[in-house]
Amino acid sequence: MWEHYLSLVTKAIFVENMALAFFLGMCSFLAISRKVETAFGLGLAVVFVLGVTCPLNQWLHKHLLEEGALAWLPGGEGVNLSFLTYLVLIGTIAAVVQIVEMVIDRFVPVLYGSLGVFLPLIAVNCAILGGSLFIVRRDYTFGEAAAFGLGSGIGFALAIVALAAVRERLRYSNVPAPLRGLGITFIVVGLMAIGFMSFSGIQL
Amino acid sequence: MSKPREVLLDPLIDNNPIGLQVLGICSALAVTTKLETAVVMSVAVLFVLAGSCTAVSLLRHHIPSSVRIVTQLTIIASLVMIADQVLRAYVYEISLQLSVFVGLIITNCIIMGRCEAFAMQNRPWLSFLDAVGNAAGYALVLILVAAFRELFGTGKLLNMTVLPTVSEGGWYVPNGLMVLAPAAFILIGCFIWVVRILRPEQVEEELHVGALLEPGYEGDLR
Repeated sequence: MWEHYLSLVTKAIFVENMALAFFLGMCSFLAISRKVETAFGLGLAVVFVLGVTCPLNQWLHKHLLEEGALAWLPGGEGVNLSFLTYLVLIGTIAAVVQIVEMVIDRFVPVLYGSLGVFLPLIAVNCAILGGSLFIVRRDYTFGEAAAFGLGSGIGFALAIVALAAVRERLRYSNVPAPLRGLGITFIVVGLMAIGFMSFSGIQL
Repeated sequence: MSKPREVLLDPLIDNNPIGLQVLGICSALAVTTKLETAVVMSVAVLFVLAGSCTAVSLLRHHIPSSVRIVTQLTIIASLVMIADQVLRAYVYEISLQLSVFVGLIITNCIIMGRCEAFAMQNRPWLSFLDAVGNAAGYALVLILVAAFRELFGTGKLLNMTVLPTVSEGGWYVPNGLMVLAPAAFILIGCFIWVVRILRPEQVEEELHVGALLEPGYEGDLR
């Protein structure tokens, strides 16, 4: 039982890495990876939000949107609200991000100082919506969704911190001028993705 | 150059959303293994971007700034729902290949970025042109990368054989790396390289557009 969840988490971190295998959350991945410190803050916020929204969205989809999910209502047997999936998922994410922001601000001001600026950005981070969409598509259970959310969050954080570290060192190298900045970053990410590909095919 | 024309043509090369503004990269990489999916994706993005920018621009005097993000997201999500249903109805095979990436148009930063940076301040007609221009700039990169990847990865273009591969009795040995994820990064990196050789004013010394996402940055989104 535990092994199943453990393998799901490991798979989400390494084999199906959000950033390097599915290209999700690329905008912030490239934009906020110039310093390890800020990259770590964003990574932490992503872990947090993915860990909360994934199980929540799975529950909502199961009990509200899926075909037959409203069967407990009189006359609700044939209702299929799955065309509303996107709207509900993104609404939940935006709401959760807002709530998380307020809660952290109220109770853990220190954490808010380091995460606060990233939280609004996360509402439009594709990795978060992507996580929820994968869960809907793969029909995960509540527990699996939580494990997947946590794992992909950690995977994203790992990738962005690693990229930030590479870019900090890159400042000392002599890159051709037209390639400087964004261009070389793309190529570095490509090489990192090749590295992460060595995990593919691993069965746990 | 007159203003509407500038707004329409500027994002193609000079201010390309992917190459210079770092917007909308997620989907740009994932759907480019084949030319067909890239074209369908570009059309879907064009539709959503033009629709949402026009809608946001029409409503710009009525949206309170405290809830503008949620309002924009709702407009975008509704349009994406329409696009998704249409794709499922008419090109079901391709919509299966695009999998979650149609849904991810919602969080495609090009759309939020253009709504926020341009449509909130400009008249509907200009916003519409800006949206079409940016979608075209996005499509340009997408289609170029996809054409490269499909041609050299499988020897085909739009499912028609261009370079007969060895396995089919031809001479071309397909480059397996091209169909894999990392090739997209490297190709876009090279694309940016080429553009910046042609347009040296785009070369960044130390900072790049990502600075606007970092804490403490105060300035215009352009």
